[in-house]
Amino acid sequence: MNNTDLLNLIDITVSFEGFLALNKLNLNLKKGELRAVIGPNGAGKTTFLDVITGKVKPTKGEVIFKGKSLVGRKEHKIARLGVGRKFQSPRIFENLTVKENLEISVSTPKSPLNLINKSIKDEQLNEIERLMKIVNLAQKVDSKAGSLSHGQKQWLEIAMLVGQKPDLMLVDEPVAGLTDEETDLTADLLKSLSGENTVVVIDHDMEFIRRLDSNVSVLNQGTVLCEGTMETIQKDQKVIDVYLGRPED
Amino acid sequence: MSFSKIKFDKKIVLSFWIILIALIIAAPTLLPVFRLNLLGRYLSLSIVALGVDLIWGYTGLLSLGQGIFFALGGYCAAMYLQITSSSEFPNNIPEFFALYGVEKLPFFWEPFRSPIFTFFAIWIIPALIAGLIGFLVFRNRIKGVYFSILTQASLLVFFNFFNGQQKLINGTNGLKTDVTQLFGQMVGSESMQRIFFWITAMLVIAAWFFAKWVIKGRFGNILIGIRDDEPRVRFTGYNPVIFKTIIFSIAGGLAGISGALYTVQSGIVSPQFMTVPFSIEMVIWVAVGGRGTLLGAILGAVFINYAKSLVSEALPASWMFIQGGLFILVVTALPEGVLGWIKGDGPRNLLQRFGLKRKIETYPSLEVNNKEVNNE
Repeated sequence: MNNTDLLNLIDITVSFEGFLALNKLNLNLKKGELRAVIGPNGAGKTTFLDVITGKVKPTKGEVIFKGKSLVGRKEHKIARLGVGRKFQSPRIFENLTVKENLEISVSTPKSPLNLINKSIKDEQLNEIERLMKIVNLAQKVDSKAGSLSHGQKQWLEIAMLVGQKPDLMLVDEPVAGLTDEETDLTADLLKSLSGENTVVVIDHDMEFIRRLDSNVSVLNQGTVLCEGTMETIQKDQKVIDVYLGRPED
Repeated sequence: MSFSKIKFDKKIVLSFWIILIALIIAAPTLLPVFRLNLLGRYLSLSIVALGVDLIWGYTGLLSLGQGIFFALGGYCAAMYLQITSSSEFPNNIPEFFALYGVEKLPFFWEPFRSPIFTFFAIWIIPALIAGLIGFLVFRNRIKGVYFSILTQASLLVFFNFFNGQQKLINGTNGLKTDVTQLFGQMVGSESMQRIFFWITAMLVIAAWFFAKWVIKGRFGNILIGIRDDEPRVRFTGYNPVIFKTIIFSIAGGLAGISGALYTVQSGIVSPQFMTVPFSIEMVIWVAVGGRGTLLGAILGAVFINYAKSLVSEALPASWMFIQGGLFILVVTALPEGVLGWIKGDGPRNLLQRFGLKRKIETYPSLEVNNKEVNNE
């Protein structure tokens, strides 16, 4: 561990009644890094996010974020420390409008008293407008989020994630069900977010991962199989065996 | 144009309020005392329904135990009335104590000598107890059907406790209020009942505005968020436990006010307020009126209860079947309740189905295209 690291996962083991979803997983993230995480189904990708965000408590091991341990903290506390998460299928509040969804994400402090007493701050309204422009939803401000298309929902959730201003963004399959064009735009968006933010992207889509042009960690059977650039891991024999398959000559 | 999108003219809103207030002022002269009293009681029930709507319609917490807080408010009011009217009885304590040989006022009655304490107790005690129960339940992440069962079990605990304590609060007989005195007047008298009616009407309007204030804006949106996807709210950095505790406590406070108003207008509070069916009825009022619409909760409570008394007068014993049928109808055919159905363009869709109203033509070109298709 060194002090440019934002997140360290140390020997994380998660056991669901004997089944090891994660098995001594070690992973370090530098500040401002963009990291892609891939792996076959059941490799533990989602459990890995659950451990960081506090949904699942690791059986063994330690999660250090900005020098603090996250193990045992409640989900909302971890979120307030600066960990934001985008879910696999878009999870937005369908009965609220686009703007109301974003209000929920940008509002601080997140106490009931603040929310019931005060109206939203001007700078937060500006932030919402900025976000809506970035994800092309400015026309849909007052539409119910449930009426958006699948792609727009994905983008709204990404905008909500950004609006939370997290230091660490965990993005689970952001391009599932998106068109090629939307996928490219999403990749560019995530790339532009890294640097200032630290971003972890989980996905299956190899074209998308390649476009991210980042370091890749390959998970298999609950542990990190291999780490490196896309070129490195594509040549790695172990990765080829479990995941990529042999390139056709 | 759908009902919900109609922008009401300011003049229309103003005249609506003027008519409403005129009706409230005139009601005692328009209605016979018996009907006025019934209306007053049903209006007070609409306040507890508003609370049910806040926790169930907006936050997704189906409580089957609102009778607890309703009865607590009623008991607070009744204890004050009994104790201020007890000067002619032995030991200067309420009459029923003599039946059980109690000579000294139980300690918890003492503060109810004060009208100011009672005024606050009516809503603060139920709110605090609701907050406490809520906090313990929500902190342990008990939700859905388990939450409903737990609230019903709490209701039974309270019911059995109140039912069994003759020496403390007259047990199953309850506390009568109609023969007590308030400000030198008999509570059950016509003039007092008229005042209670006005107070109730006023408080229904106040409670409605209060509930509107609670749900408007970001706080209300978080409640809806909790209803639709609680973990998502948590991962966004909000603590749902606090929000749920607050809203459950608010609903408890509203139930207390409602119970107190109901008690002084029906002349008695008893453990019957804490029976299982009564608390379920509160949910039915909201379901029928339209959950998630505050006005629906008010109208549901008033109309269903009014229908109940009219039906019971004409065909005694048939009401339970009608009420059950109504609930089944709403659950299967109008899941959003009557007001939700109207807001969601229900009436137009129904008329359309019977061919009575033309469809709105959103695409004038459709017909042209159809012709083209037919020509091919």
